[in-house]
Amino acid sequence: MAQNECQIPDTIAIAQGAEVTKEMVDQYNAQSGQMDMDKMWIIMGPQHPFSHGLWTLKICADGEIVTDADPIVGYLHRGWEKEAENRTYPKIIPMADRLCYAASMTYTHLFCMTCEKALGIEVPEKAKYIRIVADEINRLQSHLMWLAAVGTDLGNYTAFLWASREREYWMDMNIRLCGARLTTNYPRIGGVRNDVFDESTRFLRDLYRCCDHFDKSIWELINLIDNNSTFTSRMIGNGIISRERCANLGITGPAARGTGIDYDIRRDDPYDNYDKVDFEVPVLTTGDSYARYMVRMEEMIQSVKIIRQAAKKIEALGEKAPYRLKVPSKIPAGRTFCKLEDPRGESMMYLVSDGSDQPYRLKVRSPIFVNVSSSKDLLEGCRIADVPVIMAMIDMCLGETDR
Amino acid sequence: MAKEVREYKDTWESEIKGLIESKFSGKATVSKTETRRVYVKADRSISFDLCKFLRDDLDFEHCATVIGVDMVDYMQVVYHIDNYTKYKGVVVEVEVDIPNDDLHIESVACLWGGANWHERETWELFGIVFDNHPRLERLLTPENYEFFPFRKSYKLREVQ
Repeated sequence: MAQNECQIPDTIAIAQGAEVTKEMVDQYNAQSGQMDMDKMWIIMGPQHPFSHGLWTLKICADGEIVTDADPIVGYLHRGWEKEAENRTYPKIIPMADRLCYAASMTYTHLFCMTCEKALGIEVPEKAKYIRIVADEINRLQSHLMWLAAVGTDLGNYTAFLWASREREYWMDMNIRLCGARLTTNYPRIGGVRNDVFDESTRFLRDLYRCCDHFDKSIWELINLIDNNSTFTSRMIGNGIISRERCANLGITGPAARGTGIDYDIRRDDPYDNYDKVDFEVPVLTTGDSYARYMVRMEEMIQSVKIIRQAAKKIEALGEKAPYRLKVPSKIPAGRTFCKLEDPRGESMMYLVSDGSDQPYRLKVRSPIFVNVSSSKDLLEGCRIADVPVIMAMIDMCLGETDR
Repeated sequence: MAKEVREYKDTWESEIKGLIESKFSGKATVSKTETRRVYVKADRSISFDLCKFLRDDLDFEHCATVIGVDMVDYMQVVYHIDNYTKYKGVVVEVEVDIPNDDLHIESVACLWGGANWHERETWELFGIVFDNHPRLERLLTPENYEFFPFRKSYKLREVQ
């Protein structure tokens, strides 16, 4: 596009002896900020140790200080929304799993919730609690994967190993629940696929054991990081963003709560039965990388609290309670949207249905797509060595960003 | 620094409805309201002013999405705008129709930085031009792409 082009002086004429005027030099310098000798564009990615996934971050460095940043995404663009328009509603469920590989259940849940709202049906109580448990398990494993990635980004391999080890327990719970580790294909329009009361899996018994274990091991992780200057000295005070700017840029999730935005969809715009469980929303006001880290760690503790309460409710409802409704395959014409608190922020689906068994238009709002667009504001003024830390706190996931 | 945060009241939706309809009488109508949801149908000529009114006067700080919809006979742009403080948790949905022969609408990227990439995406996939956008370039598709793949006229190849 024309906006990015800079006019390079007629080099051939200059080589043949044309005079170089001061205006030409000034014009050249004004138009081609990218070519100033004291500034340099560094292209990090698409294959780069800091980029978890396939994306590019172009940063403009003035010596050691970052002055501009331009993220480039789209390498993984599959036309997800267009593909969904050519499939029946149940066939989109496994596709929704592939939006985010770290917390696949949240997107499937969101899709089913949107369809249910469009149909105007209420899912059974037990299914709501099972979905809460599934969502929180996914939140835990997503946050633990983020912690493992941060560990390697900040040069502490122990954090990577410990966080990965803890994540395995929650992965096992996923297997007990639905038979798969990552792409779970578990929620259904009208409920969930299978019950949790199964003698062969003993899901609930192991869920409590897992929670008890994690209550201790989360403190191992917190002590490992909080008492370690390798981490803290690189996180405290870098990547600061103000509350107003953060809200304006559309940053959501733990990154927003680290700047003082007291907003969590689970509490402030509750869906399913989140209004019937008791939990706290951690909010910090410093707005630096350390705040984002602290919010995520606290969220994990709260997730365990939610899981325990929801599991008790499932037990109280018992084996006989229904977990799935039969639903019609066609959704009446209309427009619906639903929001859900993803581990990374606010995710949303907007469905335009036309009365057939396929969606007319299905739009996915990915939190990371917006969060990464604010890289310039997050990175401006920091040092090149801090770039991986600041970007790690966004917790990139390219499946949902590019769709 | 901290803004006033209020607890949810079920009168909020009708309050917002009244404010919008009195300010933009005839040009914007509230089609329906639900718990924490206000659905607005707005005319293209006032879409920017409505967004500015929502941001400046009603403290809607966060633009969640800008969505393009191809209705074949016309196009639509749908905004979802959230509130964090004054009407905490309320989402206003603004639906704007755009005729096919003049696919232009005023950009809201100067109001909310979060709308920037959503507008770029809507432009590259639907061909809806956002006037005064700071940088309307292709984002997800390759730079040399010459069509708008999410339009209904663009058919996917069928699997044999």
